[in-house]
Amino acid sequence: MSMFGQVYVKNNQYKLKGNFHHLTPNMPIRNADDGWRLMGVTNPRDMTYIHSYGGEAIFFESLSQGKLMATRCDNKKCEYKGSIYQPFRIYCPDCLSRMTVIDMTDVAKKTSKVHTFMVCERSGAFNSLDKPIKFINVEFDGVCTILMSYLAVGEPKIGMKVVPIFQKLNPTYTIQDLAWVPKGTKASELPQGFSF
Amino acid sequence: MIKFSKQQLKVPKLMRPVYLVTAGQSKFDRAMPDKRTEELCIDAFTMAADLLNMSPAELKRYIHTCYYGHFADHFGDQLLGEAVIHDRLGLDPLGNAGIKTGGATGGSTLWEAMKTVASGYSDCVLAMGWERMDEVPTDEGNFLISCAADKDWESPLGHIYTGYYAVMAQKYWQVFGKAEDSFRRTLAEISVKHHNYARFNPFAHGPMKITVEDVLKSPVIADPLRALDACLMSVGAACAIVCDEDTAVRLTKNSKNTPLRLYVAAGSHTLRPADRRDMEIPLLPNETEDQYKNLGKEFPGGERYPGFTGFLGARMAAWYGYRMAGITDPMEDLDVIELHDAFTISDVQTYEDIGLRPYGCGRDFVESGDCYHINPKTKKPGRLPSNLSGGLIGCMHAVGATGIMQTFEIATHLWNRWAEIHGDEKLWKKFNRKKPSDWTDLQVKGAKRALAISHAGVGSHVTATILMHPDHLLIKE
Repeated sequence: MSMFGQVYVKNNQYKLKGNFHHLTPNMPIRNADDGWRLMGVTNPRDMTYIHSYGGEAIFFESLSQGKLMATRCDNKKCEYKGSIYQPFRIYCPDCLSRMTVIDMTDVAKKTSKVHTFMVCERSGAFNSLDKPIKFINVEFDGVCTILMSYLAVGEPKIGMKVVPIFQKLNPTYTIQDLAWVPKGTKASELPQGFSF
Repeated sequence: MIKFSKQQLKVPKLMRPVYLVTAGQSKFDRAMPDKRTEELCIDAFTMAADLLNMSPAELKRYIHTCYYGHFADHFGDQLLGEAVIHDRLGLDPLGNAGIKTGGATGGSTLWEAMKTVASGYSDCVLAMGWERMDEVPTDEGNFLISCAADKDWESPLGHIYTGYYAVMAQKYWQVFGKAEDSFRRTLAEISVKHHNYARFNPFAHGPMKITVEDVLKSPVIADPLRALDACLMSVGAACAIVCDEDTAVRLTKNSKNTPLRLYVAAGSHTLRPADRRDMEIPLLPNETEDQYKNLGKEFPGGERYPGFTGFLGARMAAWYGYRMAGITDPMEDLDVIELHDAFTISDVQTYEDIGLRPYGCGRDFVESGDCYHINPKTKKPGRLPSNLSGGLIGCMHAVGATGIMQTFEIATHLWNRWAEIHGDEKLWKKFNRKKPSDWTDLQVKGAKRALAISHAGVGSHVTATILMHPDHLLIKE
């Protein structure tokens, strides 16, 4: 019986269960203007990848627990010691020392605002966000970078104060578990599965 | 990177002069079910040989190394596609390598070719680029393109690359465009211009006679960008032959082509715009130390550099390239340019990054009429015509070939062969395209120096390719 591919790790090795690909037959491509002569074939491909989050895993796990983690360079010898990064990055881009993981949920709740935004009417294949997608780029006090994410409620505007919400119910364990709403939004207005 | 070391700001130096002697390209189209990629590459190579009045076999005898620009293996579902093309061109067992830098792949392929000749490793190099974007439907194609963004942090957000540009468009419009409707109309004018120039280019597959209103009424993809603000998705190939001086003289002796001095420089910036950090603006030779001290006051919100309004990668490619080639003012020293107009907004951003206008003032390059072949305001030749091919919006964006197509275009102006090639009735017929009754000769008269900007991602890789007639160099050697 067919089942989705599932993976866990034991002794630092992947353990696989289920089907990681599905076989679909090729079909001929023919020319309707030229006696239906053969032009090519379709090549169906349905395959599941196995992807490691490595040192970023804590960031994605924390989203499902309602926490926004970032990293800070604490290397005393680094010219940019104390810089905080969101997106979370494992190593300092300047001194390449492994950075300290910090919880910046409170900073995000208090200081987040929209740096820029756009409203996306279309998407590529495999998109699972509701359209139109309201992309926002979020800036925080004391953080040297600007996070890309999406606004789940309301209309975006540059400078708008926003707060993070987290998909704690049935999380996807992807960046989609983090979204934002205008400051002052009520809990009852949040999308299903999300909470502050 | 926030600060540069002295070593990082070394001006690139070539060990010997490098020349571009010929180039060629296939027809470009949204889909070409009747041709395999190798057929397109051989079309491009044969054209390059024709322009030298040589047979492909004769030209092949000079080639020592090959670089193949092909960005997206997953589009064609073929790893090592470079090896397939190399074999089909009959160039084995010469050394070859594939080059991949997203939308800048074509420019990067020329960058490698230049360095290989400059170092003395080879006297003659083939730079060939292509892309096959018709083997999946458009939605799936948009998904595959979005895979060039960070797959954990960006791609899952809509799987559409336009969105990553649209946030820049919004910021630029609000800050440097001062949220004016007139700025949005200027963006639309770029699309009108490029689709119109494509009408005179038999290779192009996006020719249109449209108005600003048509652009503003086209479907919204990612507000404020609309369908007609975006580049094409294309199939096609382009190539160039790069050599040392002796080989250049021999290859062009029976041709109208003049060997053109070639300089290529490259820059980069973070793949994720989210990772951009504030820094000082690296200055081009035509800018002054205090030029941007009031930028934030003049344009509130524009104090952060490069923020979401500029491309540091393009600035660095120009920074290295201009110094390498002796360009002190691009508006004065260059005669024709091709820019990477992935979207109308990125065209404007690039005007500033490469110093055609100061930061914040890019729109003036269009509004002044300087960017046109004939300035619509003065009815005189434009000061620095851009994207006369139609660019990515009107001609094509077959990713791995694009930077080479741009270089082919500017070279035809410097060879004074633009009209001969683009007006060729046989070529229009061969491509099954109708030459318009108002076809116009867009040759830039007396063009001696030119530039092409090849650009990837949201500015992750950028190259500046500079061509100069050998009698009009700006650096004494």
